[in-house]
Amino acid sequence: MKNSYVAPHISSLPKSGIRDFFELVNTMEDVISLGIGEPDFITPWTIRESAIYSYEKGNTHYTSNLGTIQLRKEICNYVKNTYNLEYHPENECIVTVGVSEALDLVMRAILSPGDEVIYHEPCYVSYAPEIRMAHGIPVAVSTYEKNAFALDPDDLEKAVTDRTKAIVLNFPCNPTGAVLTQEQTEKIAQIAVKYDLIVISDQIYSELTYEEMTPSIATFPGMKDRTVFLNGFSKAFAMTGFRVGYACGPKEIIDAMMKIHQYSIMCVSINAQHAACEALKNARQDMEMMRNEYCRRRNVIVNAFNTMGLPCLLPHGAFYAFPNITSTGLSSMEFAKELLISEKVAVVPGTAFGECGEGFIRCSYATSMDGIKTAMEKIKTFLDKLKTK
Amino acid sequence: MTKEEIKREILRILGEDGRLSAADIAERLAVSTHEAAAAVAELEKNNIIIGYSAIFNESELPESKVKAIIEVKVRPEREGGFDKIARRLSKFPQVSSLYLMSGGFDLMLEIKGSTLQEVAEFVSSKLAAMDGVLSTSTHFLLKKYKEAGKLMEEEEYSERLKIVP
Ligand SMILES: Cc1ncc(COP(=O)(O)O)c(C=O)c1O
Repeated sequence: MKNSYVAPHISSLPKSGIRDFFELVNTMEDVISLGIGEPDFITPWTIRESAIYSYEKGNTHYTSNLGTIQLRKEICNYVKNTYNLEYHPENECIVTVGVSEALDLVMRAILSPGDEVIYHEPCYVSYAPEIRMAHGIPVAVSTYEKNAFALDPDDLEKAVTDRTKAIVLNFPCNPTGAVLTQEQTEKIAQIAVKYDLIVISDQIYSELTYEEMTPSIATFPGMKDRTVFLNGFSKAFAMTGFRVGYACGPKEIIDAMMKIHQYSIMCVSINAQHAACEALKNARQDMEMMRNEYCRRRNVIVNAFNTMGLPCLLPHGAFYAFPNITSTGLSSMEFAKELLISEKVAVVPGTAFGECGEGFIRCSYATSMDGIKTAMEKIKTFLDKLKTK
Repeated sequence: MTKEEIKREILRILGEDGRLSAADIAERLAVSTHEAAAAVAELEKNNIIIGYSAIFNESELPESKVKAIIEVKVRPEREGGFDKIARRLSKFPQVSSLYLMSGGFDLMLEIKGSTLQEVAEFVSSKLAAMDGVLSTSTHFLLKKYKEAGKLMEEEEYSERLKIVP
C-alpha cells in the first residue's frame, strides 16, 4: 500500500468534533444561533473609518515584521495601563494575525518534539492541535463545575512531568466563562516557577470581565520572564474579521516567534494594523458600551437557564453561558441535535471543547437580546416536550 | 449592586430603550423587579427622568411636519439673564427644544409646524416680535439621518457563520 502523502502528525489530527453538527446547522434555514464565538456588534465606526482612511492614503505596503512601531507602542502602553505589565515595543511585542497565529508561533518557537504542554479542558478547540502541529504532546487537565471551571492548581501539578515545557491558560475561558481567583493564579505561578515552565496566557477575553479583573499571571513573582501574554482585537473591539492580535513576552521568545512569523507571514495587513491602532486610541468607550451590553445579556441568559431548571453558573467573563443539561438524560450532542431539529436553536455541545464538557452546552450571548429571549423560550418549550415524551 | 449603581445603570438602559419595563430592567441587572421599579420611580420623582417619547422616521410618516432650527439673539435682562425670555419662549407648543448656546447667537430653538407658512407665521408674529428678541435666523430641516443616537436607515449587516468555535 502506498504511504499517505500527508505527514502522520497532521493526518492524526482529529477533525473538529463539531464538524458534522456544523454541517447540519448549515443545511437549515431560520436558525437562531447561540453557537457563534464572535461579537454580534459591527466593528465600531471610528475603527472602520480609519481603515478606510488608511486605504485612501495609499497604505498598501508591507510593514516591519513585528508590526508598525506605532501600533506596538500603543499596545505596550495599553498593556501597561490595563494590566500593569511593562514591555518594550522594540523587542518584547509582536503583532500577529489574531491570537490564532500568536498561539501557533509560540508553540513552534518553544517546543521540541516530544515536549509536553499542559492545558485545561473544556477549552478553545485550537490548543491541542496547535501543540501537535509543533510536534508537542498536549496534556489536558480537566476542570469541573464544582470548582466553577477554574483550573485546580493541585490537578495541574499532578500533570507535570520531566517533559513538561509549558502551560496554556485561558481565563476568562472559552467555553465556560470561568476566571481564576488571585490565590489560584498565585499557586499556578508558583508551580510554573518550581518546575521552570513557560506560561502561555491567552487573555483574549480579559477585557470582557464583568466583575473584578484578576491580575494577569505575568504580574506574579518570577513570572514576567516566563510568561507569553497573548491578546487581540477580535473580541474586545469586535474586530474578528480584521485578524489582529499580539504577543508580549521575554525578548528571547518574541525574537524566536518573530523569525517564524517573518518567514511564514511577513506582517499583518497594514490597514488592519492602522485600524487596531485606532481601536486602542479612540474606541475604549465603544468597548465599554459592548461590555455593558454583554453583561446585561449574561444576567438574562443565566437567569433564564436557572429558572427553566438547567443549572448555570454565573460566568465572570467572555460571552458564553455553560449550563448543565444532565437532568434531561441526553448527552450534549443529543441535546444540541434534538434542540436544533425541534426548535431551530443552535448551541454547541460541551464535548466540542473536550470530553469533560459532556453534560454541558455552550451558549454564546454575543447575540441580540431579542434573539436570546426567543432562544430561551424555545429551549424551555423543548424541555417541556422532553418531559411529556 | 448599590442603589446608586442601579440608578446609573437604569439611566444607561433607558437612554437606549425607554420602553423597557421594570421587569426587563431587573433581569438585565440581576436585581429584583421591586428594586428596579423603585429606582425608576425615584428617578422620575426627582425629575431626572423627565419623560419618554418615540423617535420617528419623518419621511415615512403619513402626514409630514415641517421642522426648523432657529438661531435667536436676545437682550438678556438685568435680573434673570437669559432664563426669563427662554422660559417664556419654551411655553409655546411649537417650540420642541430650546437651548442656551455659546458662540454667535444666544438661543437655539427647534420649531415644529404643519406647514412652512405656519412656522414662518410663528417666527414673524410671535418670536421676532417678542420683547428682548434682537434677531432670528431660521434654518428649515430637509432630511433627517439620525436622531437621539438612532439611524433612520439600518446599517447593512453581513451574516456571521452559524457556528464559530
Ligand atoms: C480562547 C480563544 N483564543 C483565541 C481565539 C482566536 O482569536 P483570534 O485569532 O481571532 O484573535 C479565540 C477565538 O474564538 C478564542 O476563543
